[in-house]
Amino acid sequence: MSVPRYWRESKYRYRLIGKRCMRCGALYYPRRAICTRCGSKELEEHQLSDRGRIVSWTVIRNPPKDYERFAPYVVALVELEDGIRILSQIVDVEPEEVKAGMMVEATFRKIREDGTSGIIEYGYKFRPPVESKQDSS
Amino acid sequence: MRPSRPVGIVGYGAYIPMGRLRTSEICRVWGGEPPIEEKAVSAMDEDAVTIAVECARYALRRANIQPKELGAIYVGTESKPYAVKPCGTIVAEAIGASPQVAAADYEFACKAGTEAFQTCVALVSSGMVKYAMAIGADTAQGRPADPLEYTVACGGAAFIFGPRSEKTLAYLEGSYSYVTDTPDFWRRAHEIYPRHGGRFTGEPAYFKHIIEAARGLMAELGYGPNDFKYAVFHQPNVKFPIRVARMLGFGMDAIKPGLVVQHVGNTYAGSTPIGLAATLDQARCGDRILVVSYGSGAGSDAFSFVVEDRAEVPNRDPPVSLFISRKRYIDYATYIKHRGKILR
Repeated sequence: MSVPRYWRESKYRYRLIGKRCMRCGALYYPRRAICTRCGSKELEEHQLSDRGRIVSWTVIRNPPKDYERFAPYVVALVELEDGIRILSQIVDVEPEEVKAGMMVEATFRKIREDGTSGIIEYGYKFRPPVESKQDSS
Repeated sequence: MRPSRPVGIVGYGAYIPMGRLRTSEICRVWGGEPPIEEKAVSAMDEDAVTIAVECARYALRRANIQPKELGAIYVGTESKPYAVKPCGTIVAEAIGASPQVAAADYEFACKAGTEAFQTCVALVSSGMVKYAMAIGADTAQGRPADPLEYTVACGGAAFIFGPRSEKTLAYLEGSYSYVTDTPDFWRRAHEIYPRHGGRFTGEPAYFKHIIEAARGLMAELGYGPNDFKYAVFHQPNVKFPIRVARMLGFGMDAIKPGLVVQHVGNTYAGSTPIGLAATLDQARCGDRILVVSYGSGAGSDAFSFVVEDRAEVPNRDPPVSLFISRKRYIDYATYIKHRGKILR
């Protein structure tokens, strides 16, 4: 990713900020300029929920360039509590422990490094919630 | 040093990565006796910045304030992912505090975090900012087979300071800083691993500075060790904090809640802040806590905090004990991969 693009998108990636259609309420992540449900161009920034459940997942064993050292790793479709579905890497869990319906929460991690001299790209990933067992649902 | 108007901790949060390396595993590879049981190891996608962000988010939640209310964010670390580019700006953006906020990184070996405490207290006390956040976080470095490798670990804690009010968890009575030019441990520019003076890191370094700072603060406040319910000392290993506590007149009961090194390791700038966080997790209203950090190079910051009743209000934020029990063991090979000691 180019440095300007990373800079433009960092706050959305750091804090899970999407867009909400001010006319029909549809949520989008990544953000969109036009609502695909009602066609409105009036969309506002919206803080998405940082918790959700895994809908489906896959284990990446042959990763693309710059992700080799993470393999094998899990990429999942996560349905957030506000109903929107996003793709994310799942961390702090072994691939064989991942289950559909598993509760996860957002965490802040390194996504990719541009070699040893380039920029470090940070953003969200998801993990099992850090909470006492009696708190988990 | 006393603030010109009352200042206290309004929120705090710790974070310890999930990876654990038993030191017996290091002994299996390099020999020797395990100085602690196990140490925390960051995942490959974690660094001092991600640890600082995790701590900062928990601290904000506990403080129940808006990120934009923070007037300053200082990150104390000796594991900066960038030699030039602040960790503080990334933390500020990630928690939603930027752009109207002061941010910088502090370097003072293991006391960089508490050095940030001093600045935050001063900014709040002077009225320049309403709230200020100090973070101590590290992914500590230790050369393979060096005695340091058996203890150095990853983790951190963040503290939000604000004017004393109904939001305060613990108020500050006073602080004391003591520094000298003592070359006990250092890392030159472009070097990956630090070097140290072996046993020289003990008497003229760790013990001298902690004892002088602790005694200096107690003399200024007119207190003795019996006036404190708890004490937190920098914990590079198990022996040093226990010995310095004894030398200052504190018993094991006073240091036990904050003594986490046996299961976490030496998290450098995170060490004393995590110890304070673990102590606050257990403290009750009226308890007085002595906190004394140590950073090589060398210096100590001492603080006296008194816990307020709001600290006893239940909350859902994870205590330090939860991070200690949340772990996944890795072997030495995985550890050196995680810590970048071997590359593809």
